[in-house]
Amino acid sequence: MIKLASLSKHFGKSVVLDGIDLTIEKGEIVVVIGPSGTGKSTLLRCINFLEQPTAGTMSVGDLTVDVNRASRADILAMRRRTAFVFQNYALFANKTALQNIAERLLVVDRWPKAKAYQRARDILERIGLADKADAYPASMSGGQQQRVGIGRAMAAGAEVILFDEPTSSLDPEWVEEVLGLMKQLAAERQTMMVVTHEMSFARDVADRVIFIDGGRIVEQGPPDEIFHHPQDPRTQDFLKKILASNTV
Amino acid sequence: MDVLNVDYMLGLVPVLLRYLPLTLQLAGIGMVLALILACLFAVVRVLRIPVLNQLTIVFISFFRGTPLLVQLFLFYYGLPQLVSALTVIDGITATIMGLTMHFSAYMAESIRAAIVGVDRSQTEAALSIGMTNGQLMRRIVLPQATRVALPTLMNYFIDMIKATSLAFTLGVTELMGATQKEASGSFLYFEAFIVAAIMYWIVVELLSKLQHHLEIRLNKAYSR
Repeated sequence: MIKLASLSKHFGKSVVLDGIDLTIEKGEIVVVIGPSGTGKSTLLRCINFLEQPTAGTMSVGDLTVDVNRASRADILAMRRRTAFVFQNYALFANKTALQNIAERLLVVDRWPKAKAYQRARDILERIGLADKADAYPASMSGGQQQRVGIGRAMAAGAEVILFDEPTSSLDPEWVEEVLGLMKQLAAERQTMMVVTHEMSFARDVADRVIFIDGGRIVEQGPPDEIFHHPQDPRTQDFLKKILASNTV
Repeated sequence: MDVLNVDYMLGLVPVLLRYLPLTLQLAGIGMVLALILACLFAVVRVLRIPVLNQLTIVFISFFRGTPLLVQLFLFYYGLPQLVSALTVIDGITATIMGLTMHFSAYMAESIRAAIVGVDRSQTEAALSIGMTNGQLMRRIVLPQATRVALPTLMNYFIDMIKATSLAFTLGVTELMGATQKEASGSFLYFEAFIVAAIMYWIVVELLSKLQHHLEIRLNKAYSR
């Protein structure tokens, strides 16, 4: 379970996250939508401590930290509980697909080599890239790279996987295979928090849709409610714009 | 001008070859130490570690800003004058110290540039899975920076091999020192120095070949 309380992030004078309160249950699939530059990505990055939040507390699993008092050990522990999937894949260019997935097991969790590579091979199997084990990122398509990126996040057995616009930099032809893998994970009830503009994914897969604007949660609920009966004018406005180019 | 004395030149080859190992040792040891020092400097600079960062900046500035020969004389003649315990420093040690510090200053900057050049998102990815800064450097950043820095580092190594010839001014009989002695005995300066020059040249050519192979190997991961 994840619990954020009054989580804020300021960049200088600008307030990017303005007191976010949010609880996500184990196995829940949450999709975060909202206009660009409203703090969606920053929210995910704060949970993973890629950004240092300005104030608030975060709990993931059995770990609770006050972000202002987080020690280095707290930050590492929080990162180990939360896996991140990047918009631009961010695979390690000097490592093969197999090594990219095994890396954290070997280095962070200090598993024996044989066990780590076995787990990595199992994951490659699950993401349908068993034949790419020894391929380097430069030789893979965007879709394949992002599937490895998701595989790397799966390796950890993290409490939650945070997806930061995982299909936004993909050519259209690769979007489906990545969304397909995410749906497969959702079906296995992997706790997920997904920032995306793929409204059909939100409608089909999310348990809950959260609309963020101006660094605050404006509205949240089941996809049906948000997409068909949005209450707040800002949500209505955003959906009108985005659905014009996106068929739900 | 007389015709070249080819017999003398051929006879000189085995004589001078005996001094080549010392030249290579000076450069080899100097390079290994300089690389270690340069990596430390580069990491200090990239992570902006307080105090060390400022000290490193001054160090690099000094050793890049002054001639190697001046530095060698400082180590060999100057230091023992200040600290009498340092009179034990012989020419070889002083040369290695000088080469190490001089070239580490240059190499630190190219390693730093290579580190900064590694895609920032990979750093975030490494941190996101819970790696420490040290693990991030060792496993992700430095291996990739090595590939970028390799051509420049090899250039410095080549430069260093040639710079070992300055050791003869500290009384070290390496390739250059031996050549100087032979030449002043025979008065055949052109013959002697052209043989030495060709020896340096061949060593550098062999290294360039090695560099080519290393580059192919290191580039394996990045080709489509």
